[in-house]
Amino acid sequence: MAKKNEKINWEYAPAPESTGHINLKEQYDLFIDGKWVKPNSGKYFESTNPANKKKLASVAHANEKDVDKAVKAARKAYDNVWSKMAPSERAKYIYRIARLMQERAREFAVIESLDAGKVIRESRDVDVPLACNHFFYYAGWADKLEYAFPNREVSSLGVAGQIIPWNFPLLMAAWKIAPALATGNTVVLKPAETTSLTALKLAEIIEESGLPAGVVNIVTGYGDTGAAIVNHKDVDKIAFTGSTAVGKIIQKAIAGTHKKATLELGGKSANIILEDAPLDQAVEGIVNGIFFNQGHVCCAGSRLFVQESVADQVIEKLKHRMNSLIVGDPMDKNTDVGAINSKEQLDVINSYLKIGQAEGAIMYQADCSVPSSGYYCRPTLFTGVAQSSRIVQEEIFGPVLTIQTFRTVDEVIQKANNTPYGLAAGVWTDKGSRIFNLTTKLRAGVVWANTYNKFDPTSPFGGYKESGFGREGGLHGLEAYVKFN
Amino acid sequence: MNFTEAFLRSIPIFVGINYQSMAKKKGSATYSIPDFSQSPRIDKVGVEERVSRFQKRSIKNEAKMQGLRMALNMIDLTTLEGKDTPGKVKQMCFKAAHLHDVHPGLPTVAAVCVYPSMVATAKKEVEGTGIKVASVSTAFPSGQAPLEVKLIDTKFAVDAGADEIDMVISRGRFLSGEYNFVFDEIATIKEACGKARLKVILETGELVTLDNVRRASDIAMYAGADFIKTSTGKIQPAATMQVTYTMLEAIRDFKLKTGIQVGMKPAGGISNSKLALHNLVMVNEVLGSDWLSNEWFRFGASSLANDVLMQIMKLETGVYQSSDYFSID
Repeated sequence: MAKKNEKINWEYAPAPESTGHINLKEQYDLFIDGKWVKPNSGKYFESTNPANKKKLASVAHANEKDVDKAVKAARKAYDNVWSKMAPSERAKYIYRIARLMQERAREFAVIESLDAGKVIRESRDVDVPLACNHFFYYAGWADKLEYAFPNREVSSLGVAGQIIPWNFPLLMAAWKIAPALATGNTVVLKPAETTSLTALKLAEIIEESGLPAGVVNIVTGYGDTGAAIVNHKDVDKIAFTGSTAVGKIIQKAIAGTHKKATLELGGKSANIILEDAPLDQAVEGIVNGIFFNQGHVCCAGSRLFVQESVADQVIEKLKHRMNSLIVGDPMDKNTDVGAINSKEQLDVINSYLKIGQAEGAIMYQADCSVPSSGYYCRPTLFTGVAQSSRIVQEEIFGPVLTIQTFRTVDEVIQKANNTPYGLAAGVWTDKGSRIFNLTTKLRAGVVWANTYNKFDPTSPFGGYKESGFGREGGLHGLEAYVKFN
Repeated sequence: MNFTEAFLRSIPIFVGINYQSMAKKKGSATYSIPDFSQSPRIDKVGVEERVSRFQKRSIKNEAKMQGLRMALNMIDLTTLEGKDTPGKVKQMCFKAAHLHDVHPGLPTVAAVCVYPSMVATAKKEVEGTGIKVASVSTAFPSGQAPLEVKLIDTKFAVDAGADEIDMVISRGRFLSGEYNFVFDEIATIKEACGKARLKVILETGELVTLDNVRRASDIAMYAGADFIKTSTGKIQPAATMQVTYTMLEAIRDFKLKTGIQVGMKPAGGISNSKLALHNLVMVNEVLGSDWLSNEWFRFGASSLANDVLMQIMKLETGVYQSSDYFSID
């Protein structure tokens, strides 16, 4: 029998995922026209591991000439091969890419975690399987477009310029490339500068799959590379996921051109807990909503609304749960919250923590240790905030939650909608009628009921208002890549 | 006017109201009895998702050894068969104290768990080892007997020397909505236990829904349970992680509301080390390390001990040994 006063402390021993099996080159060139080519600029930049600041690889910085080369390759492939190919043949290539990705899922997961700071549990269980599933799903649509759009004839657009963010690097590449290929378009894709590696690994798989040269081109670089894609005359469609500020620049740049666009931008999504909700599961949903991927999620449930009658209880439970989160090495299989993606983003988050405190809000941070090297932020919540607080209005893109209380359902609908954004929302209640009432009145692209941050290739995703326009995923995701004849 | 507690509770309007006469005292704590029909709701999908996170924890090296030793020390080694004899019970009690003597320094199990008729035998066998004797009672496993019989059953076990009583609730009454009946029955048995600690078996396999599991947990704790226990082992499914998780959350809420710590005993179906470690991870993360001793957490199991022993020897020697190297009983 254990002695009564003996304090037991059961610490989990380190359980690091091995990195011995991955294959990373020291230097990556641009993937254009089915070949790896040196950048015209001659410049390379470093991709580092945000968990320890160590260099992973050098990555080419594409300039305007490189982008022009990529767009020309994409155009040539579109005109000569891809647009003429039978849809069922296109599907075979997409299936092949999906299968090859699945075979190398472990390598993708490890590289994603190394490059992005994302915990291995999430890249292994969420990012990579979902990315594969997007390819599988859209491969199925390739020869069934006439059923997707009954009684209408559709054709592809041409060359799609795609610019993706650093929060879900491989998954966003899949979201963009899979529907574009299925509908018969060719692609020039630019990953974010801090997280290029899995897109480049995907290029290796595309090469291996025997996809005709030029159908997918990957150009790496900074904002100037993205601008070169957006401004290129021969690009027919821009698909962008990223900040609202850049989204606005893109929309200005393409105004008056023939380019079609879908923009998936920022968010400040409301997660609403009603008093009859299953509270322990709601607390879990709050944690998944805001601390998933370190809060680097455009649809993160960053504004929590709790009905006043259960607010104290929910906050107490939430603090308890936050303290059981393991923050640290993203490569450890037991880590719940990993590293912030970059120093720049950590600075942004820290500045908001200061703003929140200066506004008089009460800050609470999880009682956990974080590694001394690398970029980390402890899970944080703010109480004592109002609709007019800056930390409630502005997107922080980190593990920072604001908590507001409300009294009635009408009040919370008004407050939830009172934002320039409208990407997602969560509703927690035991009552079905309340779910339907709220889901019809919340102006958000996705509304989750009694869950949060659930994604599926069959389900469309996209925003209202400054969260962007157009839908990705599902049947709706096809429409962004076709024109009606 | 002086209303009795039972009278007040029979009037719907008084349910859940904090009357002094309805306040329950346990040690120094005083708390009001909630309306059990309003017990917190449980979302099954959410529970499954939470549980899958515990199952993904990777427990290695020294943490694994510590966990395995803890698990061993939390086992209620059990025999509950119609064909139990003093001979069988004696052999099991010897095993309880001598789990694997070729490897010195191992802990013993927490308790042996037997039928009331075997308590005296077991008590004598484990004397001086620190191992407790737990006895099932209240017409285990069905509980389909009048209260008088249940009281006699319980007193018999206590008088024979049982340190712990594992009672079953009246599931039929519970499912008919007679929560007060279930509450009163537990409270009455608790009184009959005297110094013996009371474990209340909910038989979750018959309650079916997690909402019911939560409500039954609340009733048991407010009625005076020292431990809540999932199952008799006679009904499937028994101690699933979803059920245990729901009960752990109930225990945490009860501690927050009343300040009273209640123990947990999943029983039935936990037959290997991996499952035991997942359960310990769950206790550690939901309730914290205060519950990580056999004073507050038990495994009701008969075959778990040998699997844990096998894993401990594997960690020590690097190779698995055949089951023939571990004594049954």
